[in-house]
Amino acid sequence: MAQIIVVTSGKGGVGKTTSSAAIATGLALKGKKTVVIDFDIGLRNLDLIMGCERRVVYDFVNVINGEANLNQALIKDKRCDNLFILPASQTRDKDALTKEGVGQVLSDLAKTFEYIVCDSPAGIEAGAMMALYYADMAIVTTNPEVSSVRDSDRILGILQSKSKRAEENLEPIQELLLLTRYSPKRVKTGEMLSVDDVNEILAIPLVGVIPESQSVLKASNSGVPVILDQDSDAGLAYSDAVDRILGENVPLALQLK
Amino acid sequence: MSILDYFKSSKKSNTAATAKERLQIIVAHQRSERGAPDYLPQMKQEIIEVIRKYVHISAEQVSVQFDQNDDDFSVLELNVTLPEK
Repeated sequence: MAQIIVVTSGKGGVGKTTSSAAIATGLALKGKKTVVIDFDIGLRNLDLIMGCERRVVYDFVNVINGEANLNQALIKDKRCDNLFILPASQTRDKDALTKEGVGQVLSDLAKTFEYIVCDSPAGIEAGAMMALYYADMAIVTTNPEVSSVRDSDRILGILQSKSKRAEENLEPIQELLLLTRYSPKRVKTGEMLSVDDVNEILAIPLVGVIPESQSVLKASNSGVPVILDQDSDAGLAYSDAVDRILGENVPLALQLK
Repeated sequence: MSILDYFKSSKKSNTAATAKERLQIIVAHQRSERGAPDYLPQMKQEIIEVIRKYVHISAEQVSVQFDQNDDDFSVLELNVTLPEK
């Protein structure tokens, strides 16, 4: 049974795509057969972060519309054997994603994959709703900053009322907090909300704290998920987060406290 | 933290603490509206319009509270503070 993970936030620019790419790659490195899907229809970017932008032929919407089959649209990652990417289309049609279409693609993917990572677009429009609808686990990506925390709380409300699990009264989506762009130095000087502050407000378990790091831009410049840069603090922090997603009990790195 | 840092941080205000306080208030407010039907804000507006035909009131004098008591029933509570004559 595949696990569907949505990487979501409400607010844009907090690191959803960076985190989706890193987490999907991390799961694949752990030997899990993983697919990562870009739900940002019209503003495709996951392909760039994963470094496979020139290999996109068919996309998610082509598969939903029956213009291509899954095997034609899935891009096999060049670095990890167990990793595949399903890119978003660049159409401007807002209604390209239907509940039925997305459900069908996810259940087809669930036959061969262990983990399905859904990279949500920002906002609470159709694309974001579709990305979270079928989720079993939500990684709520948040910056230690007022607008991001508030939007994350909004998204938590939506996960609890508008998802398939909520509508069908099933066990609720497992919600996990991923704090990104964190600067322990600024926390110490009282300029930035701390892990504990954000945790206290959102009141969901913490899956990881990713430090603000130059390695993230370097990684996106070169189209290599930052988790593959194991010399970087951000890469190591994502590895820890992946271990926690897999149920391991990893303490928070000392320099992030 | 050194003694020097202590004086530095106490001189300028701790903005993170301000952020936390503001967030706690706004998030509590957001959560009180959670689970309420999507039509609630518009319904509240229309109720205010109707009352305004007869009495002068502002939006703050009307509170609409939606409570999901149970799976079976919900309570819609409407509270209007009328101005003193």
